[in-house]
Amino acid sequence: MGAEPRAMNETTIVRLKDVCKIYEMGTYKVEALDHISIDFKAGGFWAVMGPSGSGKSTMLNILGCLDRVTSGNYFFEGRNISSFNDDALSELRLKCIGFVFQSFNLIPQLTVRRNIELPLYYLGWDADDSSERAGELAAGVGLGDRLEHRPTELSGGQMQRVSIARALANDPKVILADEPTGNLDTATGDQILDLLADLNEKGKTIIMVTHEPHIAARASARLHMKDGLIDSIEED
Amino acid sequence: MALGIGNLLLHKLRSFLTMLGVVFGVGSVVAMLSVGEGASKEALEQIRKLGSNTIIVSTIKSAEEQSTTMVHSHMSIYGLTYDDFSRISETFDSVTEAVPAKIITKEARLGEKSLDIRVVGTTSGWFDLVRRPVLAGRVLLPSDLAQQSAVAVLTEYGARRLLATENTIGQNLRIGGDYFEVIGIVKSEGGMAGNIQIPDQRVDAYIPINVARLYIGDVVTRRTAGSREREMVELHQIITEVDSSENVEPTAAGITAMLSRFHNKKDYTVSVPLALLRQAEATKRTFNIVLGSIACISLLVGGIGIMNIMLASVTERTREIGIRRAIGAKRKQIIVQFLIETVVLSTAGGIIGIAMGVLIPVVITQLAGMPTVITPQSIVLPLVISLGVGIVFGLYPAVRAARVDPIVALRHE
Repeated sequence: MGAEPRAMNETTIVRLKDVCKIYEMGTYKVEALDHISIDFKAGGFWAVMGPSGSGKSTMLNILGCLDRVTSGNYFFEGRNISSFNDDALSELRLKCIGFVFQSFNLIPQLTVRRNIELPLYYLGWDADDSSERAGELAAGVGLGDRLEHRPTELSGGQMQRVSIARALANDPKVILADEPTGNLDTATGDQILDLLADLNEKGKTIIMVTHEPHIAARASARLHMKDGLIDSIEED
Repeated sequence: MALGIGNLLLHKLRSFLTMLGVVFGVGSVVAMLSVGEGASKEALEQIRKLGSNTIIVSTIKSAEEQSTTMVHSHMSIYGLTYDDFSRISETFDSVTEAVPAKIITKEARLGEKSLDIRVVGTTSGWFDLVRRPVLAGRVLLPSDLAQQSAVAVLTEYGARRLLATENTIGQNLRIGGDYFEVIGIVKSEGGMAGNIQIPDQRVDAYIPINVARLYIGDVVTRRTAGSREREMVELHQIITEVDSSENVEPTAAGITAMLSRFHNKKDYTVSVPLALLRQAEATKRTFNIVLGSIACISLLVGGIGIMNIMLASVTERTREIGIRRAIGAKRKQIIVQFLIETVVLSTAGGIIGIAMGVLIPVVITQLAGMPTVITPQSIVLPLVISLGVGIVFGLYPAVRAARVDPIVALRHE
């Protein structure tokens, strides 16, 4: 439990306060994040942009509880999780976070249904309930008829949709997307963005890393990063 | 669990090959144990058949006799004597019955068939001590000895070789130059029990000992390349029965002492089946220990093979581990996932190995006629151990899997 920040907005979902992330490579230190502070409000649709090395991926990893801050604090729904251990972070990811990756990251040996069910499996859902929910989620992204297919039988766009369905399985507080359209052609990419925008309209908070301006334009706020610092923020 | 099995089925060939180490390790151990158990059981039964209260004294050619290089008509005299027999049967109170045996190879002829058979000159007591079911006719009786009747009892084996049948009773068997009336056929038993030869292995005909002495005598002449050997042996075996198990070893010691007093060379052995029984059991224990060691080694090898494959599997599935962790799987859950896969692999290998190990002895028994015994321990123990192997050798790869950093893993490949 950390101290409550001074002007805490009730709708802030995640908050970084004075966060630094330093990687040590042998004798050298790389400062990936340099005293970052930012609040992400619930229901927002953020695009995080910047050149490579700007720290945007690092920030996403920290937001996603895949990595820990070197110094500073990370508040998730008001709770200071900066010193959470691996098990606690894993639990938080399981219950509150959904990921969408550039290379889809589906498990090739599992069917679409089983891929979507994966978070539910770890949450301990029983087989029938989880199967039903997977069906609903698949239908929600337009793949209700592909449940028994393997990822290798799907197109890129379809795979990403399965990813999104999976990311929604645990009804997350935040969806974190790392270059979700990076491996897709423009038209398909737009479709995926339609899906994300739709989810956002229904109330899901989405934080997305992208380097494509026309994709970033679909978000309601854009964060520009450079050299581990926040360069600028623009909100629609 | 279902997840683990599912993953293994996805890579059927690889899973199968990985299991082979354990399969062969377990299978060979189970098979060997069964064969060993069967062999020792047969040996023990043979020894028991001799009676645990018997002492068998046998003539042997002493070392000096064997190495003698005297030429021409040297005659060696050695072995147990009729006097030894009298001493044994009369001076030891604990001896309830003593039976002498003279064993000679002679050419025999029944009807058209003639061949060399072993002739045992003995008393009716033989059939009390060495119990054989009578297939036809009767065995030797005291009256045969009293009347010095020229009668012969054939073993089933001997009868078969001489082409005798039940109707042969009453016919004449020509042994050497003399005729004996066939009065009975008994069932053969043969084989080795430990390192003593059971008296009637390949023995073909029993005749009264006094008749043997009379007609055949004590001297045997053998022509070998370059010289002629003559041997005089009065008795080849004396079988005694002792009144109780406690007295067996003291009596054997007493007999040995007595014989050493009257013999100036070691041309006899005293065998105590009871002692042999204990020795056989000790041997069995040693055998099992050796088997156990071999089993441990082969299971070790099998386990290392499994560990190797699982490590490769973990590396291959780095991305998958990263995905699961990103979704929220805890380290412990990853460990359990991989451990289950390993345990399923090793236990399945164990089960197949046991199935194989049980099948092989059965086949051996059918084809080679060797007895084999499958005990519950030889099944349960390997099963438990293969389970253990899976856990022990699966732990390291599973822990490696859990330590994978999700961020790095997701960038992998």
